[in-house]
Amino acid sequence: MTIAAKFEIEYLQYLDAEGKQVRDDLPEFAKDLGHMVELYKLMLSTRVFDAKSIALQRTGKLGTYASCLGHEAAHVGIGSAMKPEDVYAPSYREYGAQLYRGVQPREVYMYWGGDERGNDYQKEPARHDFAWSVPIATQCLHAAGSALAFKIRGEKRVAVCTIGDGGSSKGDFYGAINIAGAQNLPLVCVIVNNQWAISVPRKIQSGAPTLAQKGIAAGLFSIQVDGNDIIAVRKAMEDALERARSGKGGSVIEAVTYRLGDHTTADDARRYRGEQEVKDGWDKEPMKRLRNWLVAKGVWDDAKEEAWKAECDEWMDNEVNAYLETKTQPVSAMFDYIFAEVPADLAKQRDYVLSLETKGH
Amino acid sequence: MAQITLIEAVTQALAYEMAHDDSVVVLGEDVGVNGGVFRATQGLQEKFGELRVLDTPLDETTIAGVTVGLAVQGMKPVAEAQFEGFIYPMMEQIACHAARMRNRTRGRLTVPAVWRAPWGGGIRAPEHHSEANEHLFTNIPGLRVVMPSSPARAYGLLLAAIRDPDPVMFFEPKRIYRQYKEEVPDDGEALPLDVCFVLRDGTDVTLVTWGAQVKEALEAADELASQGISAEVIDVATLTPLDFDTIAESVQKTGRCVIVHEAPKTAGFGAEIAARLAEECMYDLLAPVERVTGFDTHIPLFRLEMKYLPSVERVVDAAKRTLAAS
Repeated sequence: MTIAAKFEIEYLQYLDAEGKQVRDDLPEFAKDLGHMVELYKLMLSTRVFDAKSIALQRTGKLGTYASCLGHEAAHVGIGSAMKPEDVYAPSYREYGAQLYRGVQPREVYMYWGGDERGNDYQKEPARHDFAWSVPIATQCLHAAGSALAFKIRGEKRVAVCTIGDGGSSKGDFYGAINIAGAQNLPLVCVIVNNQWAISVPRKIQSGAPTLAQKGIAAGLFSIQVDGNDIIAVRKAMEDALERARSGKGGSVIEAVTYRLGDHTTADDARRYRGEQEVKDGWDKEPMKRLRNWLVAKGVWDDAKEEAWKAECDEWMDNEVNAYLETKTQPVSAMFDYIFAEVPADLAKQRDYVLSLETKGH
Repeated sequence: MAQITLIEAVTQALAYEMAHDDSVVVLGEDVGVNGGVFRATQGLQEKFGELRVLDTPLDETTIAGVTVGLAVQGMKPVAEAQFEGFIYPMMEQIACHAARMRNRTRGRLTVPAVWRAPWGGGIRAPEHHSEANEHLFTNIPGLRVVMPSSPARAYGLLLAAIRDPDPVMFFEPKRIYRQYKEEVPDDGEALPLDVCFVLRDGTDVTLVTWGAQVKEALEAADELASQGISAEVIDVATLTPLDFDTIAESVQKTGRCVIVHEAPKTAGFGAEIAARLAEECMYDLLAPVERVTGFDTHIPLFRLEMKYLPSVERVVDAAKRTLAAS
């Protein structure tokens, strides 16, 4: 038999569900325990932020909200590995990555609270990142196009996009990794496989034993990691970013995690999945293992946990207040950003709406 | 100065802008060494290299989405849809992202991109190669929909489209790609977007059209003139945002209007112009507005396609009906 090509998918994990280190060759960043504590703190603040968001929604102060509960290691691992000059194209729940890059909680609240200004990220480097992309996987091609721009201009920057397991079924994802392979683009595409696309489980998305292997068809470096182990996610990201930056091509990383919450606040996951599965998900969740590991290293304890949670609560309260105090945009704002300048024909419609305002409609 | 065709004017505009602005890139299927299936990008790859004239994988979704990404990063991509009938897979990227990126981000991110597409029927092409779908795009806020009708307007409007800070759909009437030549100075002078062009002055009836039908409208005006009827001909050129004022001024003068377009009648862009005339020019009208359009059928394969496309005779008949009515 002649073999035309042969492939394998590596699975990467450093910490098991209990926080026991399963391999000795820790990457450099993980030997810096101060840095690991910083990553843990951001994961924890992301979780506090998420709980606050859901509380806001439940009390009618936020529209539909997509929770990131359980994705903290994957998201913080992605965001913390990127350089400021890189570009991030998220879907709509990667707050851990975005907070690291300067998106403010108040901006997340504004977006889900019905105000486009939530997408006008004020702080760099988030300011040059893409906004949330609701149409599934479409952002993969924006990242590929960005990567092409970097290649054309000879810039050593990388475009990173994230999608879910469901997103890996879409043509936009295949198109992005395909052109990244064909043009050797600096693209890193992370499939955050949380097992559920609303009510449809991972096994219905694809017959492929891993989603990572889809990258192989495109000629990209492809790896599956424990998405609840931030060391594994961060290591795979660092390697992928380095390869892309040095002109060695793009990567697909499948981060295997679990969506502990509903798809959004408009969803009720009890309709389609059992309690035992969710309980198993909680057993493997990302915070506990990193906390156990840091506690065993002697750099974290209950007192620090409580103190940091209190700081996060205060931070989020500030952000919530800033959000709640934000005045609704003037009605003319719906016309002001359709084109660089409002065309005459559109200005007539704007003036009509403004006249209704002055009449008190 | 050389006389050039409409398709050569497209090439000339692309070459001019690429030579003067490094951020302009061309991408699509077969746009590279082959120069595009209609030769719109002939010679560009040789001049500007494989990265700035990029042959993409054969996936329209990829072309459209990569174009959005390029534009957000400050490039000025000019993407080619090989035929307008192949544009459907591009529509999600165009409608959900290109057209609303500025609005979604309150102006933080923008998409200064152009999508070119050979448009319309009349070249005896296979199925799916003859579509006229401008109306699918004129209802999308945030998009400009532009259609040239002569070599000079193809050159000037394409330059304007590339320089525009917002996304532009640039539909090229391929039936008149090589219909005639005219002098088009390669001086980099753009024509204005968002305005209609009055191509012929008249007093009795206004013929409003765009793209390849400008030819039929002008011929109809000649025929009407031979019968003593003076027709004004307006090339809409930029469908959205619409310069309705120019149409209104003409109809206020003539009192009669015939709208001519190739796309199906129902909810075609002619319906919008007719509605605006009803709203804003009702009392100027001396006769009901006429529409001469494709039918509410798929454009037939080529043995019947000329029966589908508006003909000079249909335009003349419609104009005479408006005169008979008043």
